[in-house]
Amino acid sequence: MYSEKVMEHFTNPRNVGEIPDADGIGEVGNPVCGDLMKIYIKVKDNVIEDIKFKTFGCGAAIATSSMVTEMVKGKTIDEALKVTNKAVAEALGGLPPVKMHCSNLAADALHAAIEDYKRKKERKDVAEQK
Amino acid sequence: MKRVYMDHAGTTPVRREVLEAMLPYFTERFGNASTIYSYGREAKSAIEEAREKVAHLIGADPREVFFTAGGTESDNWAIRGIAHANKEKGKHIITSSIEHHAVLHTCEDLEKEGFKVTYLPVDKYGLVKVEDVINAITDETILVTIMHANNEIGTIEPIAEIGKALKKLDRKIYFHTDAVQTVGKIPVNVDELGVDLLSISAHKIYGPKGVGALYIRKGTKIKPFMTGGAQENKRRAGTENVPGIVGFGKAAELAEKELMEQYEKLSYLRDKLIKGIMERIPHVILNGHPTQRLPHNVNVCFKYIEGESLLLNLDMKGICASSGSACTSGSLEPSHVLLAIGLPHEIAHGSLRLTLGRDNTEEDVDYVLEVLPGIVEKLRSMSPLFPSKGGN
Ligand code: FES
Repeated sequence: MYSEKVMEHFTNPRNVGEIPDADGIGEVGNPVCGDLMKIYIKVKDNVIEDIKFKTFGCGAAIATSSMVTEMVKGKTIDEALKVTNKAVAEALGGLPPVKMHCSNLAADALHAAIEDYKRKKERKDVAEQK
Repeated sequence: MKRVYMDHAGTTPVRREVLEAMLPYFTERFGNASTIYSYGREAKSAIEEAREKVAHLIGADPREVFFTAGGTESDNWAIRGIAHANKEKGKHIITSSIEHHAVLHTCEDLEKEGFKVTYLPVDKYGLVKVEDVINAITDETILVTIMHANNEIGTIEPIAEIGKALKKLDRKIYFHTDAVQTVGKIPVNVDELGVDLLSISAHKIYGPKGVGALYIRKGTKIKPFMTGGAQENKRRAGTENVPGIVGFGKAAELAEKELMEQYEKLSYLRDKLIKGIMERIPHVILNGHPTQRLPHNVNVCFKYIEGESLLLNLDMKGICASSGSACTSGSLEPSHVLLAIGLPHEIAHGSLRLTLGRDNTEEDVDYVLEVLPGIVEKLRSMSPLFPSKGGN
């Protein structure tokens, strides 16, 4: 039921793990089936230098997490924000209809990590100005 | 690659002896059993022979066995047939919250017609309490339907005790059990169980798909499920699936002959599998009753991981199993059985069911025990819920 690309990412997921001193962490739960995804980013000069994920979910959830990290690694924050769940699903050669919601998780977790990074950065900038 | 099939509660392969018994009834003995010439008589007597075999397996009179298109039809017929034939006596049905969907969705459908249904809770092992059944009875109750054993967690329900308690009442309440998982696996006798109706399926006992039976005790007031010709004593119209029924009969005969031998073999393998999993993998929960359980059923939850990714990994190693995870269900709801025994959503997520069969060997069990720990560990290392060592 899954494409070859999905199975390939599921079998050898890229960028699994945590970043201890991450600049941003996004954690998103899936209200549909109750899964959980966490994305860690390290940002330098507005570029996502490193990204890692952890996922508690189905094959599609794991594959989309892996794919989204691969798609945005080395990209600027603005470019990363443009990555949609649809783009992730397409890059994986499509997902079965019942699994489309899993790809939301990946894009949402990425966006949440970026939000977190921006918030932390703002706070730091304010603190530095004082 | 080595292939290990451990989903026998889902379906089983047709045994060679069964297939051989069926084959002539597709070709040279193709007759319609409702006709009077030789071809028809041949078919008719083959059906009656199969009926005797199925009846024998459950300790019934052959005249009380009616062939259907499978377990789901048998459940539908038993529940709707009793409800519709007895509604002037009352419109209340008692069932449990862990029944197969064939029972639950049929009951829900009857609710839309104005029937009242009580869905009894179960304890943490999945057991229905006899006193809960009795306490739920009202003046309106016409039917109690409780499964003989649960298809997911393997717990065997106290059907004989419920049957006894119902008999003590001063009023007749029909008693149905879905015995799809028990027939051919443990001894099943309709009189000892005290049931009026009992559902069976052929493909769970190495017979063909698309055939089953409903046992209906003599004197039971029930509506026919199909209307049309006079087949099955006018209770289930439609030209009989003769090859299927013959195969079902053969499968029943073999199941009865090998019951105890298989029971011992399967429970040995089951216990070895459960023990091996518990010893090799941390954070595991056994679902279902530790002893009052089907001989071929293993059902566990691995905390912090999800069932579909587990199944995909097992499949890559040639192991076929199933899970009650929401992600595998199509409806994206976790198994209602796992929720009913009190498991939280995220633990039900990591469920794995392995159901053994007659072709499984000790090497198969060893192979699963060799492969499974690594897969669980790999998925846990990817899980945000798993407490990582030295964490952050
Ligand atoms: S994460 Fe549950 S279906 Fe994909």
